[in-house]
Amino acid sequence: MRGATHAKWAAAAAAVALAATACGGGDSGGGDTSAVLSSSWGDPQNPLEPANTNEVQGGKVLDMLFRSLKRYDPESGKAEDMLAEKIDTTDSQNFTITVKDGWTFSNGEKVTAKSFVDAWNYGASLKNNQKNAYFFSYIDGYDETHPEDGSAQSADTLSGLKVVDDQTFTVKLNQKFSTFPDTLGYVAYAPLPQSFFTDHAGWLKKPIGNGPYTIDSYAKGSQMSLKKWDGYPGEDKAQNGGVTLKVYTDNNTAYTDLLAGNLDLVDDVPAAQLKNVKNDLGDRYLNTPAGIIQTLAFPYYDKNWSKAGAEKVRTGLSRAIDRKQITETIFQNTRTPATDWTSPVLGEEGGFKEGLCGDACDYDPAAAKQLIEEGGGLPGGQVKITYNADTGSHKQWVDAVCNSINNALGNDKACVGNPVGTFADFRNQIGDKKMSGPFRAGWQMDYPLIQNFLQPLYYTNASSNDGKWSNEDFDQLVDEANAETDTAKAVETFQKAEEVVRDNMAAIPLWYQNGSAGYAERLSNVKLNPFSVPVYNEIKVG
Amino acid sequence: MGRYVVRRLLQMIPVFIGATLLIFLMVNVMGDPIAGLCGDRSCDPATAAQLKKEFGLDKPVWQQYLTYMGNVFTGDFGTAFNGQPVTELMASAFPVTIRLTIVAILFEIVIGITLGVVTGLRRGRPVDTGVLLATLVVISVPTFVTGLILQLLLGVEWGWIKPSVSTDATFGELIVPGLVLASVSLAYVTRLTRTSIAENKRSDYVRTAVAKGLPRRRVITRHLLRNSLIPVVTFIGTDIGALMGGAIVTERIFNIHGVGFQLYQGILRQNTQTVVGFVTVLVLVFLVANLLVDLLYAVLDPRIRYA
Repeated sequence: MRGATHAKWAAAAAAVALAATACGGGDSGGGDTSAVLSSSWGDPQNPLEPANTNEVQGGKVLDMLFRSLKRYDPESGKAEDMLAEKIDTTDSQNFTITVKDGWTFSNGEKVTAKSFVDAWNYGASLKNNQKNAYFFSYIDGYDETHPEDGSAQSADTLSGLKVVDDQTFTVKLNQKFSTFPDTLGYVAYAPLPQSFFTDHAGWLKKPIGNGPYTIDSYAKGSQMSLKKWDGYPGEDKAQNGGVTLKVYTDNNTAYTDLLAGNLDLVDDVPAAQLKNVKNDLGDRYLNTPAGIIQTLAFPYYDKNWSKAGAEKVRTGLSRAIDRKQITETIFQNTRTPATDWTSPVLGEEGGFKEGLCGDACDYDPAAAKQLIEEGGGLPGGQVKITYNADTGSHKQWVDAVCNSINNALGNDKACVGNPVGTFADFRNQIGDKKMSGPFRAGWQMDYPLIQNFLQPLYYTNASSNDGKWSNEDFDQLVDEANAETDTAKAVETFQKAEEVVRDNMAAIPLWYQNGSAGYAERLSNVKLNPFSVPVYNEIKVG
Repeated sequence: MGRYVVRRLLQMIPVFIGATLLIFLMVNVMGDPIAGLCGDRSCDPATAAQLKKEFGLDKPVWQQYLTYMGNVFTGDFGTAFNGQPVTELMASAFPVTIRLTIVAILFEIVIGITLGVVTGLRRGRPVDTGVLLATLVVISVPTFVTGLILQLLLGVEWGWIKPSVSTDATFGELIVPGLVLASVSLAYVTRLTRTSIAENKRSDYVRTAVAKGLPRRRVITRHLLRNSLIPVVTFIGTDIGALMGGAIVTERIFNIHGVGFQLYQGILRQNTQTVVGFVTVLVLVFLVANLLVDLLYAVLDPRIRYA
């Protein structure tokens, strides 16, 4: 490991040099609260608006810029009150929300009930093209502001939202949804200042929020400097002077920069470097569970997969996959074999149940072969696993999964990968219902609730039910769970619904994905939240 | 000369239209780009329809093309999916790539031609064999290998340079990436110059010049080199466009936010506006560079005249 030691030495030397220049007058014990750290970033796909940001890179910035009614604890993932003084309900359908006094945006404007109501109305309105608009679909009046069929909208504001006074507003939902308050930590529900509406173009150039950081400068596509906002009224003040987010087109370059001491934090260690990362970084490498699960979904619009007995074939396929071996060899343990359809970040209380999948997720080639035969064999004698080949090293694991299936069935043509060139085209083919066999389905949670792992994916006609699976028992159990006011009971009912998913093997769970990060020696207290984003405000420099 | 230039400029029009149309169609057959915008979930149909309307994707392709070309002539290259006008992306990307190209071309001219002249004059000697072998190695090793190795050695192991280029992308920072980008072409320039020099060394006008008693230096620079440069200039001229468009690999390795980065991003996101806009400009660069090369011939070799 000659290369590794050299790299280490270079990084250490650079870190010392940087520390010497950056922390000239800082105290060394608690870290220098004025020192700025640099971190890797990806170019956000959409304009940076809370209700328009649906990917990690944009979400990362908004998480630094905004604080919402709730915030998910970086460690436990539990939704805790942030700007919410209290959220009251008696029937799980009508909520009265009181906003804490004393909060302002970084431009001095007060955060009031109106800041939330205006923002939510903006997010829901069809004419604003917000990609997260469906988050507001539980609120009464959504159909008028966002007609599903694309016809002219008959209202600009949600009838379910009412401002009572400066600090209070009410929300009326169109169905019972007991865990609704816990969803309010999602960035789409962030409050917006008036300048967002009056000078939209100007706001987009330099977004203004109410979080621990403000934007110092923003060169789109290359770099954003955020600095600590000294007037931030929250408890979770920034422990550093700011963060410079640098756009990298290739995470390998970011990693190289980290080794050379040119970058402080990389929040995505490239797959090719996983073998060396422990030698290069030692305990400055983080590999912690995130709310992401990878599954194989099936096209239920195809008769072959929806006919009676097909569930045996699907279960058989699941038993033919050696999850343990694949996560160890291909992913270097940055994935954990899945044993249910949620994620460990939920915790047992939140609905994660290890082993819920039972035998159906255990590798057993003999049983797999038998199940598939009982179910009438593979449709057409072969399964094709469709995936997008442009990102995320999907090719490797799809090939490995196919290998595992082929070995189990003793037929080297039983499973083949079917790559699609770009992600957009992959999504296209899914949208056009062109899948003929299993396809890659990744799910990154929006909020740490078991509801979020089940309802959007398996409820009849739900937003991400790409396979168009439909099951009355499941739907009914989800409805029941949503109406349940007692959280523990709601979670229990959701788990019952999850058992329906298991018994039908609606989708094959593969593995839970971890977040990974590496950082320079001058940083401390670095951790990843359940969304696999670094908790920037807690990072100490020097 | 004037008529020649006008004729060439007129010839550019069909080439320009054809090239942009081809790119437009190629990006379009990849399918609906909106589908990839909402992440691992499908966009809700109403928003998707609205977005399509905004980007003009709901119209037939020929109509989209006409509208697009109409806009291009007024300097409007459309909007990228992140809400930025494509002209803004160009304004940030092209200067960086142009700087990178200049560095690369300078390497080609200075090192490539010098080595070519030296080896061409000393054919068969150890210098010649050595350089020939070296160019063979450079040509056969892919750019990304050269790039990654230099990055690792100079950036991480020895710490002479920063492994990635900053947002400013100054000339100094671009020396190593420029060398990597130029490497293969540089080898070709060396070989082209060498052959050309070796061939012309025995021509009548060189013999005449030597017989006249001109100093060796003058014979080489004024007579031999000038006439030998025609194939080299042709190569370098076409290479300008190729370097600008083909910098994707180099720009990715050194994290340079130039044309290659924007094109790569545009193709991944299936963003017609970005891809077609950048390719349009690249096509123009190609055409203009080619025209300039053709005009340079007359300067280099007075026997060439333009009717």
